[in-house]
Amino acid sequence: MRPTTAPSEAELDSRKIVGINKETVTDVTSTDFPGHYPGEDNSWDINTFSSGFNVQFHQNEQFEASFSLIGIDASLANAFRRILISEIPTLAIETVFIENNTSVIQDEVLAHRLGLIPFKGGKEGLLDFLKWWRKPEPGADQYSTTFDFNTVSLELNVECTKNPAADPDVESDPAKLYHHANVYAKDIVFTPEGRQSQYFDGDKAIAPVNPDILIAKLRPGQEIRLSMHMHKGVGSDHAKFSPVATASYRLMPTIDIVKPILGADADKFARCFAPGVVAVETVTREDAARDDAYEGHVGERKAVVKDPMRDTVSRECLRHKEFDGKVKLGRRRDHFIFAIESTGQWDSDELFLESVKTLKLKCKRLEKQVVNMVR
Amino acid sequence: MAPRSKTRADVPEEAGDDATMQDAPPSHQPAADDAEDAEGGEAGDDEMNEAEDYEEEEEEPQRVKLLAGSTATAASFEFADEGHTLGNALRYIIMKNPDVEFCAYAIPHPSEAKMNIRIQTYEGTTAIDALQKGLQDLQELCDVVAEKFWVSRNEFMGESTPQPSHA
Repeated sequence: MRPTTAPSEAELDSRKIVGINKETVTDVTSTDFPGHYPGEDNSWDINTFSSGFNVQFHQNEQFEASFSLIGIDASLANAFRRILISEIPTLAIETVFIENNTSVIQDEVLAHRLGLIPFKGGKEGLLDFLKWWRKPEPGADQYSTTFDFNTVSLELNVECTKNPAADPDVESDPAKLYHHANVYAKDIVFTPEGRQSQYFDGDKAIAPVNPDILIAKLRPGQEIRLSMHMHKGVGSDHAKFSPVATASYRLMPTIDIVKPILGADADKFARCFAPGVVAVETVTREDAARDDAYEGHVGERKAVVKDPMRDTVSRECLRHKEFDGKVKLGRRRDHFIFAIESTGQWDSDELFLESVKTLKLKCKRLEKQVVNMVR
Repeated sequence: MAPRSKTRADVPEEAGDDATMQDAPPSHQPAADDAEDAEGGEAGDDEMNEAEDYEEEEEEPQRVKLLAGSTATAASFEFADEGHTLGNALRYIIMKNPDVEFCAYAIPHPSEAKMNIRIQTYEGTTAIDALQKGLQDLQELCDVVAEKFWVSRNEFMGESTPQPSHA
């Protein structure tokens, strides 16, 4: 076997760039596999990975987080993203028992709308206390698997009545003319069962994340009376169980100004990009001393890349003749800018951590299975 | 159908087509009067037992299968209920193994929840070992990612909150 050689830093960096050209994209697939580059060792090593991997946070709010994962392959970043969307459990309304519904909205449509409402509640109760609900065996009682630790009961009882204090000749707003003309998510009442009163007490109670979601509209004499059962589920079963509104990533854009872009061209160049990506600065003496290309241009305006992260990777600048051969666009294959927006049951930073743990657990289970298979 | 009638002859005549009361399996349900109490009570004994039975983890069915035509160094595996999420991640990490000559995954049909993975290794190791190593490496990787993610999160927030422990 050939002795292992280490490629230069510049070579390694250039390998990470996906080329974005006028009509084509180049170098799309990863090449960091053993045997791809003769004489190089690209085999898996946890220490190499660990020293090359880096996380940078950009924003971390309860329901919205953005961060970069640097030094990881797309297959893994994508696995985390997919797990976020479809494999992390949340609690959602699964069964609706309609006692009376005289509103104009049909029973099944109403039930569907209720199912999509995101709920929040005490973390410990949601994550540790609540377990999966299992469908009863065929022939068994339909509630034989329903317990306080796997089902949450809710009720919604509203009746629309006339508001005697409002004058129908003056007032035209139904919300003022009638009581309960609009049925909102906040009208849903949580009815704790058994041990639920300990776990979902006070501000830990199961309640809609957004109290002002409109569920239905009523007119005097109409009523909605129903109760609901919530279960834990995952997004692969139904999107209502998905803990994220969006979970996506994009690759870090790169803009490489190969030759100086000066004067009026610099302004035009800056206008080719989203605001804040490219700035126009004056060529300084140091620039001229550092780079031959700037010699004799001291005091002129030049285009500089300020913040490539804000770039939308539009190829506008490649359409203009004056920038021909002066700029190289690309994306970093191993720099993923994640954006996670939680629906409210989880904190968004915890969600990502959970996706990593879910992937680990999956592998752990399957490793056991592989051992079983051999036996 | 002929074979059916043969077994009929073994059944004692008096039983006829219906099973006698003695043959009926003992009921798993609580006796009628108990049941009423249990339903009304907060968490009666019977209800607790039922809950415990429920919580017992079912034995997971075998989800990984070695497909026909496999040899020690070249094998195909079928994963039930797995998809691109694990398929692609596992393919990557197995391809990172220098003893592996070839690795690829496929989902043969979108309406079947099955994922196939093909591994061919050089002499000196086996495809099963490479698969197992891949799964172990992925677990290691997850630990590093989780750890670094949380450290970075704490730095950003100016906190030192420990990783949430659930799940």
